[in-house]
Amino acid sequence: MFGAGGGTSSYREAEETDMVILWGSNARETHPIFFHHLLRGVRNGARLIAVDPRRTSTASWADVWLGIDVGSDIALANAMARVIIHEGLANTEFIGRATSGYEDFARCVEAYTLEVAEAETGVPAEAIRDVALGYARADRAMICWTLGITEHHNATDNVLALINLALLTGKVGRYGCGLNPLRGQNNVQGGGDMGAIPARMPGFQDLEDPAIHAKFQHAWGGADFPMKKGYHLSEMFESMEHGEMTALYVVGENPARSEADQTRAVRLLSGLSHLVVQDIFLTQTAQLAHVVLPAAAGWAESEGTVTNSERRVQRVRRALEPPQGARDDMALISELAKRLGQDWGQPTAEQVWDECRSLSPMHAGMSYARLDELGGIQWPCPDESHPGTLFLHERLWADPVEGPRAPLHAVEHDPPVDRLSAEFPIRLTTGRRLDSYNTGVQTNEYTSPLRKREALLISPEDAHRVGVQDGERVRASSRRGSVEVPVLFDETLRPGLAFMTLHFPDQVATNILTIDATDPKSGTAEFKASAIRIDKLTAVGAH
Amino acid sequence: MDIRSTGGAATLDEKAAVDAVLGESASIWEGGERRPGDDHIAYGGRATRMRRHLLLPVLHSIQDRVGWVSRGALEYSCRRLTIPPAEAYGVLTFYSRFALQERAPLALHVCDDLACKCAGADALCTELERRIGPPGRSWHRSPCLGLCDRAPAAMVERAGVGHAEQQIAPVGLELALGIAGGAAWPAPVERTLPESASRKLLRRIGVVDPESVDGYRKLGGYAALRRALELGPEAVIREVTEARLLGRGGAAFPTGRKWDSVAKAAVRPHYLVCNADESEPGTFKDRALMEGDPFAVVEAMTIAAFAGGCEHGYIYIRAEYPLARRRIENAIAQARLHGLLGQDIEGRGFAFDIEVRRGAGAYICGEETALFNSIEGKRGEPRNKPPFPVQAGLFGKPTLVNNVETLVNVLDIVTEGGAAFSATGTAESAGTRLFCVSGHVRRPGLYELPMGTTLRALIEQAGGLHDGRSLQAVLLGGAAGSFVTAKDLEVPLSFEGTRAIGATLGSGAVIVLDDTADLKQLLLRIARFFRDESCGQCVPCRVGTARQEEILERLLKEHGAAGPDVNLLGEVAQAMRDASICGLGQTAANAIGSALIQLDVFASGPEAPGGMAAR
Repeated sequence: MFGAGGGTSSYREAEETDMVILWGSNARETHPIFFHHLLRGVRNGARLIAVDPRRTSTASWADVWLGIDVGSDIALANAMARVIIHEGLANTEFIGRATSGYEDFARCVEAYTLEVAEAETGVPAEAIRDVALGYARADRAMICWTLGITEHHNATDNVLALINLALLTGKVGRYGCGLNPLRGQNNVQGGGDMGAIPARMPGFQDLEDPAIHAKFQHAWGGADFPMKKGYHLSEMFESMEHGEMTALYVVGENPARSEADQTRAVRLLSGLSHLVVQDIFLTQTAQLAHVVLPAAAGWAESEGTVTNSERRVQRVRRALEPPQGARDDMALISELAKRLGQDWGQPTAEQVWDECRSLSPMHAGMSYARLDELGGIQWPCPDESHPGTLFLHERLWADPVEGPRAPLHAVEHDPPVDRLSAEFPIRLTTGRRLDSYNTGVQTNEYTSPLRKREALLISPEDAHRVGVQDGERVRASSRRGSVEVPVLFDETLRPGLAFMTLHFPDQVATNILTIDATDPKSGTAEFKASAIRIDKLTAVGAH
Repeated sequence: MDIRSTGGAATLDEKAAVDAVLGESASIWEGGERRPGDDHIAYGGRATRMRRHLLLPVLHSIQDRVGWVSRGALEYSCRRLTIPPAEAYGVLTFYSRFALQERAPLALHVCDDLACKCAGADALCTELERRIGPPGRSWHRSPCLGLCDRAPAAMVERAGVGHAEQQIAPVGLELALGIAGGAAWPAPVERTLPESASRKLLRRIGVVDPESVDGYRKLGGYAALRRALELGPEAVIREVTEARLLGRGGAAFPTGRKWDSVAKAAVRPHYLVCNADESEPGTFKDRALMEGDPFAVVEAMTIAAFAGGCEHGYIYIRAEYPLARRRIENAIAQARLHGLLGQDIEGRGFAFDIEVRRGAGAYICGEETALFNSIEGKRGEPRNKPPFPVQAGLFGKPTLVNNVETLVNVLDIVTEGGAAFSATGTAESAGTRLFCVSGHVRRPGLYELPMGTTLRALIEQAGGLHDGRSLQAVLLGGAAGSFVTAKDLEVPLSFEGTRAIGATLGSGAVIVLDDTADLKQLLLRIARFFRDESCGQCVPCRVGTARQEEILERLLKEHGAAGPDVNLLGEVAQAMRDASICGLGQTAANAIGSALIQLDVFASGPEAPGGMAAR
């Protein structure tokens, strides 16, 4: 946010805030650790608002659930902003001093009356107004989101719409306030921090900045590496489609099952002239590979660090030797470098980390000794006397503001690409469950008492309309393909809304239905919104 | 709210019972039908979770209406209150009142506890079993029903829209068979109390109309509240402290000190709780007060709330006392009507109101922190102390909790002054005490005597033993108390007097046993009682009470083979005493231990156990 790709707040702040809006996040199931902190806040008196098309188990904890139509987030956020402005609750002092772009933004949201918002989101106008006023009036309030915001064709705009609300009311850069994308694994944050994203070097440093590029080039003995940012995942697949990208090195990902429009993804992966997969399991992607590099598990068989959603870098220690033939990622990469003519030796995790600290200012003060001593440190931590940073953007409250102003962005509602029609009348959204993770590479080996059969979850009303019983197999079709799947009645879904997970791709290939309409800035596909139809299977044994 | 059970749907009757407590469900999210508005909005969260404490009232309502609690009914309740079904099931199964299997609407509960045993309850149960089958269907065995002065006792209830319940005592075989067969219930008999040497707490019982606030006022009622409002909270606490009033529930804690701590607690709100879960076998004093002089209880609670700065009060009455509950409910309603409860009591700007909570058949809920959990809608498991109730009690707030008898004492303290009150009794035990005398005496009943009166004098007041009988033992303080014998008859009945002989006044239960009493059976009943009533939370008590019963059975069957088993019993007792969380486990071995020392229960006369210190 405003240049730093991490959540602004600490977990502790969620325990001591007055209001939390969970927006497009079923954190109860998908971020259970964070949700524990949040529940403490709720028990301490914080109001919880859930914005989600489904009335999830998270929403059942909430004081108010706003059950928006899929993909109408910006309409909701803009209408809230308009209410806040019209009620005179905008923090004009903060806006004037610390932000830019207010006039454009205010002009933009003026069109989003409560009536418009009710029509676009389905949520009663009065409820939108109440939540907007509650957020603006709370002394401390934070907005947290996950893939319900980002798995859309306009993901970046969605995020900007939420940032706008915080800037409008001065709810960022203060204790107990903030903007927090929740991370789905212990080290999603760390992956980005270390530069495993197309435009950034470790520590979120701009790859295309000549000074940054020169710094790394100098540190790495004059190594020649690109000055231009690389592709994000969706662009890679486009490049494969055009026949430009012919070789791919996949580390710990399973794109053959996790990509939207799976049929296409598998076709493109299979057409590569060289596919290398480095993973701890023989995933579906690995099965397509020319070379598989068995890796040690990151959390029990390796040394290193991880970084969680509150930007806290923590040590990971090896508890077990990896199984025979599997090697630490660092060892594999070093060995690969050696075969390519660069002998990096066999650096320890600490040596690699110290190199990172020497190049990434926000990590500079985090020696292993200090990480041990302090139980992890939150970035930025510029030197060894720095305690780490509890929350970001405190600078916005300095007068005059330190550094650049935070921009408000005028963003417009743009409904999901896959439109509903008479032929495809049901909105399918996807998500996760408590006991499973993504394509199930890490979780499907375990049994869980919570796990039911993989199914298409629909409202009993829709099932009645199609004429199917609970558990009956149906054909679910989108404009891209169709799958056979049993239905499971779920009355937390309203009529017209269906839900599937991606957890069991071999039982139900959900991503045959999803659309790969992609946000150009983030590269994320619109997993959250497909248009489908559900048909009763006619003759027994027809398929 | 995360875990669903598979109980199926609640019936219309069950839903109606739940809705009677909670109001109708407003949306599909509360278990109702889907309405168009439900698709995009739901309210709940804290507002719904704050009603968690209504779980037990809801379960009572289902049990009253349907006669048992089905899984469907439980699930609907859970949905309404957003409680995970697994957790609610834990609550449901904790309390013995709730039936988990379908059963007949009519249920007859026959007491087979200590006093009723002395009055032939065993023979009654045996005959009932022979004539209408084993307990568990149309009739049930019950622990003490608090009717020991009219033993043997029973209680009957009929589920349905017009749920009815009534205590019946004494109950004979023909009456029991008739009721179990559907015959009309006998009209409840209003009993007057036997003469006591001094009647202060009891003076209005049998005299005042327990249904009428005017009648109560005519006999001096509500003078104490007026006086208290004039004095102000600090002065009231000063009088109570000066009176040297000690708690009458069993723990004998200085009441003034407790009130002072609550009054000074900074956290708000403060709660007042009246502990009317009188479940100690052999005890019925609080029932008599609530049935016979309910306005006194309500007035005393109001004064305590005024002194402790409590905004809201609860009186937790055991399920087995339906008449007491009705009378208290009526007294509260009338007090509200007359401005003696509510937003502006007596026009002095003092706001206080009382809710009645009904126990559900769990002895442990007489322990104050278990009682809090029960009011909160949870399993009645005691909490670790500290924090003490005066710091963090009901709903985690400062709470003034007192027994019924303790509170009623306050009325005279306020009107006559603490010094006058403490003129009665002994140096360490001020005032009078209510004694529940039952067992083998001519006139069992409730007696009020100055503290320090001897046991002999009390038994004489109760008419002494029947002709030709000799005293075998007296159980002082109920199942959690201890046995004393004829050599102890001169013991002064005061806190310090009983303590000096290793006994306790406890709840004021005095069960007199003559030479016909089958002591072995009584000991086994006590052991079974504790095994049944242990909440199971902590190991020393859960395991200890079970082992105690097993060892005792072995000892008694084998006529005291003595040796290792007796020592083992002593070790189990010590473990329970040292390591149990609450008083139940800590005292569960007292009566049995004292019997082994004081009484020759083993025919072959084993050695007294070395490791067992009688208390």
